[in-house]
Amino acid sequence: MSKKLGLLGTSAIATAMRQINPDVVAAYPITPQTAIVEEFSQYVFDGDVDTEFLTVESEHSAMSACIGAAAAGARVMTATSSAGLALMWEMLGIASGLRLPVVMTNVNRALSGPINIHCDHSDSMGARDTGWIQIFSENAQEGYDNLIQAVRISEHEDVRLPVMIMIDGFITSHNIEVVEVLDDSDVKDFVKTNKAPFSLLDVKNPITFGPIQLFDFYFETKKQQSDAMRGSLRIIREVSREYEKLSGRKQPIVDMFMMDDAEIAIMVLSSTAGTTRSVVRELRKDGIKAGLIKPRIFRPFPVEDIVKSVKGLKALAVMDRSDSFNGFGGPLFTEVRSSLYESSNKPLIMNYIFGLGGRDVTVENIKEVFDTLQEVARTGKVENLINYLGVRE
Amino acid sequence: MKIEAKEKPKVKEKPGYKSIPIGGVIPKAGSSREYKTGDWRVRYPVIDKEKCINCLFCYIYCPEKCVVVKDGKVERVDLDYCKGCGICATECPKDAIEMKLE
Repeated sequence: MSKKLGLLGTSAIATAMRQINPDVVAAYPITPQTAIVEEFSQYVFDGDVDTEFLTVESEHSAMSACIGAAAAGARVMTATSSAGLALMWEMLGIASGLRLPVVMTNVNRALSGPINIHCDHSDSMGARDTGWIQIFSENAQEGYDNLIQAVRISEHEDVRLPVMIMIDGFITSHNIEVVEVLDDSDVKDFVKTNKAPFSLLDVKNPITFGPIQLFDFYFETKKQQSDAMRGSLRIIREVSREYEKLSGRKQPIVDMFMMDDAEIAIMVLSSTAGTTRSVVRELRKDGIKAGLIKPRIFRPFPVEDIVKSVKGLKALAVMDRSDSFNGFGGPLFTEVRSSLYESSNKPLIMNYIFGLGGRDVTVENIKEVFDTLQEVARTGKVENLINYLGVRE
Repeated sequence: MKIEAKEKPKVKEKPGYKSIPIGGVIPKAGSSREYKTGDWRVRYPVIDKEKCINCLFCYIYCPEKCVVVKDGKVERVDLDYCKGCGICATECPKDAIEMKLE
């Protein structure tokens, strides 16, 4: 039997880690992630898990240790935030390039500078092309659910790619929510055991991990990696369906709320979807056909699901909690817009960059976006393609 | 008489992404033997046996141990692995080795 507990977001993640019982965890503290590995280290000390817990001198070392352990065939987990993820940068590409199933929680925090500890998605968006599967969570429950599924996705023989799951820093990580926690034994059965195709510790079959590959093989290895990422969406669907059955909670690739007859909609990742949901409910009371689209999976980018989700819409606002500094738009916006290029039935589209460095996004902010969307739907004209929501002039 | 390889090593068609192990893993030991580094080469050594005094300097200096010696005499160069560095030609006291363009 599952049970409902009041848990901090970090505690929901640490609980999932305890139930997964990984072979190795190597981590370095950083706000707001610290509480996760702090709680987990207590589980290690108390003997609640069999994990080898490595305290390392940096996040670069944390990811390096994870890579080594994963190459040995271990089930490996870690957690980080912001600058910690940035310091892992070199090793992120090695984990994915060597096709090692490392599972990491990234508690979203703004990148420096100026230094800031609060939530935005600039850290994980900065790592969006490192070859990691990326899953965004709206709340603590989703963080818990996504982490358990991440293990199966990552270790699947057709995937063998590292996975990072995201929860919003402080907003999700440091608030107490009701989280339905599965039975320890159910999680154990669900995550199964890691069947690594190769192991560095198999002394009878000596192998080489990470050899140099020049112009003669590197390209082929990268094509394989690309195909694995593309193909992983099928496995993510399978694992999600299986987890739905176990948990009774829907695990959509792209979550859609009130979208059946929606004419205007906001697309947004993570906790802001919660705020948007409540605004949509209010607008519906006034007969406004508003909806919400919340991609759960960002890597691989679920093009088909995205295209399907906007069908019938007159106007769509894509909200990005990070800026690409590309002189154009945020990362979610540019990819959504690109996905719709071939579509004959595409809505008018706008981008809103919001919430940088933890700037609160209020119900009023979301209403403001829906007001503009109504205007756009009515006039058929987009005045400003790229907008900054809640910034002082 | 000049010693020249009768046949250049054939560049083996390399396997594609559909068949190689994932992540660049080399799933067995000692596989570097199969990696014919000779195709890195731009120039290859040709030994003039008229000038050669079989001092075996080339044999000693070759970093890839590609000079094949039989009964104390230079027999041939193993072009499967010779990278064409030209050290043999530089060290030869009789200028008996010429580096020819591939």
